[in-house]
Amino acid sequence: MRNVWLPAVCASVVFASLASPGPARAEDTITIGMTVSQTGPLNVDSVAQLRGSEFWRDEVNAAGGIKAGDKRYKVRFVTYDDQSVGGRVQQLYTRLIVQDKANFLFGPYSSGLTATAAVISEQYGKIMLIGGGAEPKTYQLGNKYLFQCITTADYYLSGSIQALKARNPHAKVAFVYSDDPFSKAVVAAAAKQAQEAGFTIALQESYAPSTTDFSPIINKIISSGADAFLGGGHYPDGATLARQLYDQKANLKFVSILVAPDSPKFASLGPAALGVTVPSQWEPEVKFNPDFGPTPEEFAKKAYAATKVEPDYHTASGYITGLLLQHAIEQAGSIDPEKVKAALDKTDVTTFFGHDKFSTDPKSHGMQVGHAMVLAQWQMKSGKLEREMVWPDAAKTAALNYPLH
Amino acid sequence: MLDGVLVGAVYGLAAMGITLIWGVMDVVNLTHGAMIVAGMFGVFLLVGATGMPAYGALAPVLVAGFFAGIALYWIAIHRMIGQPPLMSLLATFSVNLVLIGLGTAVWGTVLFNVQVSLPGLSLGRYTFPGTHIMAAVLTAVIAGALYLFLYRTRAGKAVRAVAGNREAAELVGIPTTRILALSCGLGVALACVSGALIATLFPFTVLSGDAYQLKSFVVTVLGGMGNPTGALIAGIALGLLEGLATPFMPVSWTLVIEFVLFVVVLIAFPGGLLSVRLRRRAR
Amino acid sequence: MARLLRRPFFWIIAAAILAFALAPHGKDVELREGLLLAAVYIILASNLNIMLGYAGYVNFGSIVFFGLGGYFCIWFMGALHWGLVPAALAGGVAVSVAALFFGLGILRLRGIHFALATIGVNEAVQAFVTNFEPWGGSTGIYLSTELFQPLGGPAQALWTIYYVLVAIMGLSLYLSYFVKNSKFGMGLLAIGQNEDAAAVLGVPAPRYKALAYSASAFLPAIAGGLYFFKGAFIQPADAFDLQLSTEAIVITMLGGSGTIFGPALGAYVYEELRGWLLTSQTFANFQLVVAGVLLLLIVQFAPGGLMGLFYRRLPRLKRILE
Repeated sequence: MRNVWLPAVCASVVFASLASPGPARAEDTITIGMTVSQTGPLNVDSVAQLRGSEFWRDEVNAAGGIKAGDKRYKVRFVTYDDQSVGGRVQQLYTRLIVQDKANFLFGPYSSGLTATAAVISEQYGKIMLIGGGAEPKTYQLGNKYLFQCITTADYYLSGSIQALKARNPHAKVAFVYSDDPFSKAVVAAAAKQAQEAGFTIALQESYAPSTTDFSPIINKIISSGADAFLGGGHYPDGATLARQLYDQKANLKFVSILVAPDSPKFASLGPAALGVTVPSQWEPEVKFNPDFGPTPEEFAKKAYAATKVEPDYHTASGYITGLLLQHAIEQAGSIDPEKVKAALDKTDVTTFFGHDKFSTDPKSHGMQVGHAMVLAQWQMKSGKLEREMVWPDAAKTAALNYPLH
Repeated sequence: MLDGVLVGAVYGLAAMGITLIWGVMDVVNLTHGAMIVAGMFGVFLLVGATGMPAYGALAPVLVAGFFAGIALYWIAIHRMIGQPPLMSLLATFSVNLVLIGLGTAVWGTVLFNVQVSLPGLSLGRYTFPGTHIMAAVLTAVIAGALYLFLYRTRAGKAVRAVAGNREAAELVGIPTTRILALSCGLGVALACVSGALIATLFPFTVLSGDAYQLKSFVVTVLGGMGNPTGALIAGIALGLLEGLATPFMPVSWTLVIEFVLFVVVLIAFPGGLLSVRLRRRAR
Repeated sequence: MARLLRRPFFWIIAAAILAFALAPHGKDVELREGLLLAAVYIILASNLNIMLGYAGYVNFGSIVFFGLGGYFCIWFMGALHWGLVPAALAGGVAVSVAALFFGLGILRLRGIHFALATIGVNEAVQAFVTNFEPWGGSTGIYLSTELFQPLGGPAQALWTIYYVLVAIMGLSLYLSYFVKNSKFGMGLLAIGQNEDAAAVLGVPAPRYKALAYSASAFLPAIAGGLYFFKGAFIQPADAFDLQLSTEAIVITMLGGSGTIFGPALGAYVYEELRGWLLTSQTFANFQLVVAGVLLLLIVQFAPGGLMGLFYRRLPRLKRILE
């Protein structure tokens, strides 16, 4: 029978391919499409972002939907797993637009994936709101429909540098970062800021994002005599770096790692997490007076109740993309893309997330120009590891522990 | 940096798995990466399920790997013996695809970690993590055991005989098929246990196997295919190279150097950089 | 040559090209995207077949041609502001020349050593490009969407790119066809059977192998240029993804190495399967499992692939198809 099975398999595949059902859509729904890194190294942060977006969607639908003029629209998500791989992102976003007929798009997580998705959304003229892509270059290529809801990468480490300068104006800094678009952009800007602040840059080097053995590079940090570390990438490498820095007793007085320490999972590192600071887009303790939507405290409480996980800034970013889209649709009174785009361009609001305003300069359209970062640090609070806000001074909930041990 | 030597030894162990199978049956085992990952997950699961110390899990992983290797032989390799090398290459390659595909379906591509804490050894400003030292020690033990097997037991002698000349071995009554299966089992066991050791050092995902498989190939080629001692030495040399190069250039360039070296050695020194060979092969 | 034009297979290829071009009717974007991927697979598989199916050399790193072609084309367009056509063509030429250069080194190897060396070349090139700042390093190169304007805007450009890729697919099939029926092709097949015997019989093996290696690089390089231009973005991890080479090998073996229709058939079947698996939540990663199982079964039981099976059942097919 072996002469039959192979053609049979192929024939059934061909027939199955011809019978692909299309999605049925109810009236008065808007479809928002996005890819999520359900698998792959970006998984931890991406799923946190999705949680925020889904929480927003559920709240909006429970309230009857988004009000546009005299109609109300329920929100429907269509998501696919991009596996943290750029190649899939473009295919999947094309599918979201062409097959699933998405009205609006949310960006994927991470600057690299956002850049690839942005090509597709621009090619088809669809509005895309971005809660997970901080690298500024994406917005400088002449786009019309991108809207960045979070602070740009250039400012990520500004808070760390300011906080460090206040304690040690002559710090020797080691910049060690992941070789990906986001981290590169962050460090390129931060290195300049560090020099302006009067620091010495003892080391500035990147590592492959998939690195798991940091001992050679940590030895280099030790040799360079640095007393402050700024860098990292996303969750997996950031967490591993933190652990190995601790294991190898790198003798640093100040450690600022990107992204990873903001996740509640980071606490599982135990003593390796103590003292690590993280630049954050949002912390539950921020004090903003929102023009609309929940207050920071309300958001933190309700998000925890709905998702059963402590919200970090990725969850908040996921929520704010929804909230800002909703606000724009309500202001525009319709879901017509051009009207919504105009409303988004005019946005200048304060919410639980902070101040949000998009650049309307065609050379940097959509880039976020209103929002600012805060700095958080893992400290011991009555025997438990907690994240405290340590900068800016006006908003902090605890003083920075320097040196970190 | 001497730390490279410690990690390099483990790479050498992994490479020994490949070189053994290659030397004995002229088959390049492209399932090697998947087997390394299997070893990693083996330790992870055993530690998680029974709470035993990570190093205790090495023995069961070794044994399980051995049987997996025998299974691999019968599934993919047996029919390919004697056929053009392309076929066995593709056969083991396809098993690799299946295993990695299943692995990602079950465990996704999230990072896993085996918690091992050992006090390190500090010399001056630098610390050698205890896990690295332990891994190197265990590698030496396992390599030593393999050496004893190959040179002090009858089965080992049979393996060397089949590697030297399979037809001649058959003529003197050695049950070649069984020996081939045994060698495959050994090779895979080595892969699994090296994976288990790596798991104690660094975090891993289902996809980590590919990178370590490539490293194993680089080491195998450097050490000479079919030469287990060469593989170990080449592994240590590679680790040393990585450690020595990093102070002088950005760490990301070490990969370039490794692969260029790989291609150059393949072209210019097909017998490996080491001229010491365990056995002469008539090609 | 004129004799070949009269064979039915020549016109079958032409019909396939027309089918690809006309199926989406100029407006079904979803179908176009699916067919575009199928065309890319066919290009990769057909060209791989020249080395694998005819000469018997497994090129595990064939994707390096696609990726390098993409990089050259994007760089010519982005940094030197060339148009798409000259950039893609120049990319093709540059990569073929580079292939000749690499080939001189690694084609001295046989069998397994050659296969490993091709992986080494791919990884070395990827590692190098990752560190090479003028080409964007690990971040890669982004093209501004304004570059689509000379082609009439993004929507129009995507169609144009599709048609050109279909044309290249056709060229790949024709190249495969003409090579197979030429003296050069005979030489390659002889090398595939027994290289030493072929050399003794007067086949200039080193020259033919180098030519085959270089020729098998040209069209994939151009296709790479177009493919990455379409995405307006290229980075080392995508450009040199060994998985695509792997799939090309599976496709060629699945369809039937050494035949022309085989890779095309294999590519189509595989692409349909993949597209379905891509979006099925449970099976998103199963494409590799399926590919692996298929490959294992083919290698052990049906080394001639689908075409091999068809020919055995219907020997008369051999006169029409190739």
